[in-house]
Amino acid sequence: MTDGSISKKALKSLSLPGGGRGRSGENPGDRAGVQSRRKIIQRVMFAFFKAAAVINAIALMIIVSFLVAKGYRAINWSFLTEPPIDSMTKGGILPCIVGTLCLSLGAIIVALPIGVASAVYLHEYARPGRVLRLIRLGINNLAGVPSVVFGLFGLAFFVVYLQMGVSILAGCLTLGALTLPVIIGSAEEALRAVPDTYREASLGLGATKWQTIYRVVLPAALPGVLTGAILGISRAAGETAPIMFTAAVFFTPSLPTSIFDEIMALPYHIYVLATAGTEIEKTRHLQYGTALVLIVLVLGLNLVAIIYRARLRKRRTG
Amino acid sequence: MDADKGRAKKMVVKNLSFFYGGSKALTDVSLDFYANQVTALIGPSGCGKSTLLRCLNRMNDLIPYSRSEGQVLLDGESIYDPKVDVVSLRRRVGMVFQKPNPFPKTIFENVAYGLRVNGVKDRSTIEQKVEDTLKNAALWEEVKERLYDSALGLSGGQQQRLCIARALAVEPEVVLMDEPASALDPIATQKIEELIHHLKKCYTIIIVTHNMQQAARVSDVTAFFYLGKLIEAGVTDTIFTRPKLKQTEEYITGRFG
Ligand SMILES: Nc1ncnc2c1ncn2[C@@H]1O[C@H](COP(=O)(O)OP(=O)(O)OP(=O)(O)O)[C@@H](O)[C@H]1O
Ligand SMILES: [Mg+2]
Repeated sequence: MTDGSISKKALKSLSLPGGGRGRSGENPGDRAGVQSRRKIIQRVMFAFFKAAAVINAIALMIIVSFLVAKGYRAINWSFLTEPPIDSMTKGGILPCIVGTLCLSLGAIIVALPIGVASAVYLHEYARPGRVLRLIRLGINNLAGVPSVVFGLFGLAFFVVYLQMGVSILAGCLTLGALTLPVIIGSAEEALRAVPDTYREASLGLGATKWQTIYRVVLPAALPGVLTGAILGISRAAGETAPIMFTAAVFFTPSLPTSIFDEIMALPYHIYVLATAGTEIEKTRHLQYGTALVLIVLVLGLNLVAIIYRARLRKRRTG
Repeated sequence: MDADKGRAKKMVVKNLSFFYGGSKALTDVSLDFYANQVTALIGPSGCGKSTLLRCLNRMNDLIPYSRSEGQVLLDGESIYDPKVDVVSLRRRVGMVFQKPNPFPKTIFENVAYGLRVNGVKDRSTIEQKVEDTLKNAALWEEVKERLYDSALGLSGGQQQRLCIARALAVEPEVVLMDEPASALDPIATQKIEELIHHLKKCYTIIIVTHNMQQAARVSDVTAFFYLGKLIEAGVTDTIFTRPKLKQTEEYITGRFG
């Protein structure tokens, strides 16, 4: 919002008459020409920006309507509430839904505290210097690591070395690690947005640094932190590579009873149906149906984030 | 400052210099602040008034690469001594900022904040204290119906009085105010000035202001700064009617520069 108002202001000042560019010797006709050319440039640029913004929305709409068109036949009550049957050519996807929810929730439980703690350290405590630069370098690189590498790491470290086996726990930890850079980034951004005047006011009242962070800075940053976390996790919910070695299995009809159980998950289920099943063509509608459920789940998570943030904001300023 | 003889020196600044990185913002400032008096710091923009104020509760510690030389004493003890606990120093030397900066919490919680962080837990003690402080800050009548609404919904002047109340709730001994009325309209300003007048019975007040009339109205002692140096300090009446230095006179009468 701030960006918008700033750029609008900047552009407005560009279109002010006689913005100091006109040479003193110019006749009025020339100036009018410059004026209208500048207006045209402005219009073209605005149209371009608008198009760029609209393309995003259109892309999303195309994807969703494509999935709806192809997959809506598969969706019904039993699809959502029953496990797959007949070598996954029939039946529902309940275990996958439950699995993906477990993994997302678990990943957030893992990544949120660590991510927020890191961000607080980086932004509130750490003195600028070599150590800080090194840590930042690490985080930025972590963000660039391909998700399949996280999957292999999870397999080697959590599943094999720590002997967790293929399990919800290993999957959550792997997804958590994958999401960590996103959460740290958005949390830091949120902390940066908290005005220093809050910190000074709190310290000026004889609060310790920790009290200031815990009672003033974090609550003020909370909407930003949580939305960042949910957005991060909704990305993770759709990841296949990190869970295919660590948590997800081809098929298990039963729902998990402990964090050491292996599970099915929506993205992996799509992958399996589409590439490794015996009846790839016959299960097309199931694949699209599953994809539709996944994307609705992800959009739903984002919606929760948006509504939650709006609520918090309103309560603050209301 | 003959008229101040016999009064207790609450804070003493001795040969204080302050540096932001390589640039010097204060040069060898020596100034006494007396108990139960209002001292006004005046001077053109950038002359170091805020810097001095922020040295008095060590708020400048937060600025990286900054450094101070010289001494600041509170009740005769150096506040820059390594043994000093900055947190309790800041409780004793409260601060009100130029722009009202209430927390994004309820009005009640804003005032209660200082009590809570200082370990007061008892609900009724806090409620009583919040009410007393808001009355003290001349805000109670305006907010008593909406104590649990967000403080951000108050007007600028009310927000500033809330910030004053918030600072007073922890019962500081010294209150630093950095242009507390600069963002306010005349009526709100007048309320704040009345408040300052009333508060000096209990507190030592140091106020930065750009408004000469305000300095003349509220302060007992006035100190004029220019380019990081203390040029002249003395009883406000004297400074405004018979300043010793030409520079001071020119600034006060608006013929500066
Ligand atoms: N955080 C900072 N980092 C570097 N230099 C600073 C910082 N704060 C202030 N200064 C510099 O120190 C000098 C004194 O600033 P200060 O804010 O104390 O002035 P002031 O008298 O309060 O001015 P004003 O009346 O405009 O508030 C100025 O030259 C200013 O640029
Ligand atoms: Mg200032």
